[in-house]
Amino acid sequence: MSKRKSKDTQWTAGECVSQAQKILRERYCYQRVPSSPVGIESQRKNLLELLRRTAIHGESNSVLIVGPRGSGKTMLLKSVLKELFEVREVQSNVLLVHLNGLLQTDDKIALKEITRQLQLENVVGDKVFGSFAENLTFLLEALKKGNRSSSRPVIFTLDEFDLFAHHKNQTLLYNLLDISQSAQTPVAVVGLTCRLDVLELLEKRVKSRFSHRQIHLLNPMDFHQYIETTQEHLGLPQDFPDERFAQEWNSSIKMLCEDRSVKDVLRKHFNTSKDFRSLHMLLLMALSRVTPTNPTIKPGDIQEASRLCSMDAKANILHGLSILELCLIIAMKHLSELYDGEPFNFQMVHNEFKKFIQRKSHSIHNFETPVVLKAFEHLQQLELINPMDGPSAKIQKEYQLVKLMLDHSQIMEALQKYPQCPTDVKQWATSAFG
Amino acid sequence: MPAELRQQGYSEAQLRLVSEKVPCREAQAAALLALFGEPDHYSFPSIFIYGHRAMGKSHVTLTLLRELQMPHVVVSCVECVSPGLLFEQVLGSLFDSSAVTLSRSPSLSDFVRLYRQLCAEDSAKHTRYIVLDRAEVLRDMSANLLPGFLRLQELDNVTVILLSEIVWDKFRPSTGCFEPLQLHFPDYSKGLQQILAQDSHPSYSAELYTFYINILLGVFYSVCKDLRELRHLAALNFPKFCEPLEKGEAEESDTHKLWRNIEPHLKKAMQTVYLRELPYYSKFLLIAAYLASYNPARTDRRFFVKHHGKIRKTTFLKKHEKTSNHLLGPKPFPLDRLLAIFYSVVDSRVAPTASIFSQISSLVTLQLLTQVGHDDQLDNPKYKCTVSLDFIRAIARTVGFDILRYLYDFL
Repeated sequence: MSKRKSKDTQWTAGECVSQAQKILRERYCYQRVPSSPVGIESQRKNLLELLRRTAIHGESNSVLIVGPRGSGKTMLLKSVLKELFEVREVQSNVLLVHLNGLLQTDDKIALKEITRQLQLENVVGDKVFGSFAENLTFLLEALKKGNRSSSRPVIFTLDEFDLFAHHKNQTLLYNLLDISQSAQTPVAVVGLTCRLDVLELLEKRVKSRFSHRQIHLLNPMDFHQYIETTQEHLGLPQDFPDERFAQEWNSSIKMLCEDRSVKDVLRKHFNTSKDFRSLHMLLLMALSRVTPTNPTIKPGDIQEASRLCSMDAKANILHGLSILELCLIIAMKHLSELYDGEPFNFQMVHNEFKKFIQRKSHSIHNFETPVVLKAFEHLQQLELINPMDGPSAKIQKEYQLVKLMLDHSQIMEALQKYPQCPTDVKQWATSAFG
Repeated sequence: MPAELRQQGYSEAQLRLVSEKVPCREAQAAALLALFGEPDHYSFPSIFIYGHRAMGKSHVTLTLLRELQMPHVVVSCVECVSPGLLFEQVLGSLFDSSAVTLSRSPSLSDFVRLYRQLCAEDSAKHTRYIVLDRAEVLRDMSANLLPGFLRLQELDNVTVILLSEIVWDKFRPSTGCFEPLQLHFPDYSKGLQQILAQDSHPSYSAELYTFYINILLGVFYSVCKDLRELRHLAALNFPKFCEPLEKGEAEESDTHKLWRNIEPHLKKAMQTVYLRELPYYSKFLLIAAYLASYNPARTDRRFFVKHHGKIRKTTFLKKHEKTSNHLLGPKPFPLDRLLAIFYSVVDSRVAPTASIFSQISSLVTLQLLTQVGHDDQLDNPKYKCTVSLDFIRAIARTVGFDILRYLYDFL
């Protein structure tokens, strides 16, 4: 089934779908910077102005970009830097150092990384420095160009800024912010963090050197804008090779976003979390069901994707337990209800289980203690039960106090869905007293 | 009818081979393959596959990656004692191993730098996959490893697949991370019989083996659903099942006779018995230690002193005894209490010789008693007894001592 066009290229249905998948997947997975990020215009202007002052006018600055995970901090920074570096003067003069709190877990590692990114490894050579501050000033001095008296401006970006606050004495932060306060080198320190209370983590001397400029990224989208964004993210771009396919696709997407059930699904997701990452996860799962024989996204695909995204993982694990393990969990539930949330040990659970078998059960027969202990240990391995003080060699495992990490409603729901659950077990679970 | 695997970019023959190798798991394999997409397309940066043991998580993932020839590396995190081993394995398998030179104890920073360098020289035309099995171990290795790996796609077209028994809620770091896409591998339900039946012995018919599997599942299914264990049990007990057939006592169609033969054997296979040989006095010492641990000290007079007179149970005592001592565990006791009970329990006169004390320390070495409190408390060390009631009853039976008469909880 090939689409005939008046132009030279002919694309089959399979090729079109393949190309569409490629474009959309790159959009959802690889985090390409969109050409015009929405909703953060003022923050963008603010940051651009700040960095321009450092890059062109030689003014030192520090700023923190604060926002929850997935709100677009890195995207904001990348788009501002891209625009900034389009100026020729900036391109030839300004240096960029990217540090990440996850990677540079130590000040020594951070310093080596700074040296490497400033390409001063040869200059440093085998020199030994007395302190961090000495090292850093040496690096910045070395950046002075030939006859110019002032050093080249450097922009430091610190991703996961809050992790740097956990280093010993916060030396890196102290020195960077110290340099940004003293007038030696034009330095901009841009921190990105997801913690709103990041300033509490800083020591007094570090906090006083920080300019207290914060850019907050709170996503002020309403539901209507959310649906529009979804439609935009699902649409194929203008330059798609096969125009007819692209048009058909885009119109089917438009119809999809007006469908009642899809709107309900999107509202559920919007109420849980507004950020784009979870939206992209949903869209990717729906997209993965698109094949050449099924070349559009249907409402059913979105519903199925939503169901998969919002599954309760613990309920799934409970579904796969054996009957004995399930009975132990019910025994534990009764014990926590009876003793008001106090922790218990294996012997108590086993005792409760034995009472059930003697009095009420017809289908479950008595198991030997080692077998029941093995089932108990399996539950511990799945981390459905956690020990109160951590594993201890002094206490026998039968007497170690543990607590259950499931709540009443999860257990009852799991029992409803459990395949072929014996009725006496179900009745035991719903009865008030063991 | 098993669902057929279909995906653009791979040949039909390859896909058919994959679906033959993953019986009862075609739906999961199809879902995973749909997420992967075509060989050069991007997939979600990280995928978290969870499910019970022996649900086929590693098997399905590896079969897909191997048969469809996608560039991948599989690391079992349990084998990696240090992060350095993990990094070496990943870089060594994905890139030309001669170019990989890591320092002695590399950090995540070194790994990322080297990865970026190697990518620049050898950029991926197809998506690379890093599979981390038993991913729960990563949580304890180093706090930045897990968040770091979840974001690895920022460097290159790579997808990290995490396999684990434990749910994702237990993995999430406190300040959050890049959430992976979660995929659940549910339990087999009907498929279990199908898979177990594939192990049939060549000299017996398939129906006989299916019949045997049904009996086996009937006994063990309520205790254990783990496929690996069930296969082991099936292989272990099959010879016993076939005994009547070998001896000529029964035919394959005598289902009832075969069932009667094997069922008690299987029920017994679930029991285990432990009994060790101890010297005579050590047994009494252990009995005395058990009594000292599980009887409250005020009741010693009643049990062990002749002509003790009456002890009244007051209402004060009744209110505070909500759980028996057997549920709370053993209590510590001083050495002289142990000896006092020991002498009253043992019939013949025994002098307090050094050998009695050395037997106490050998009981400690055997971990039947544990020492509580400081090592250097020489004059009155405290111990507690760590054996179970069944064990001590078996021991007491061998010396002809009725221990239940002396236990407070069984009055």
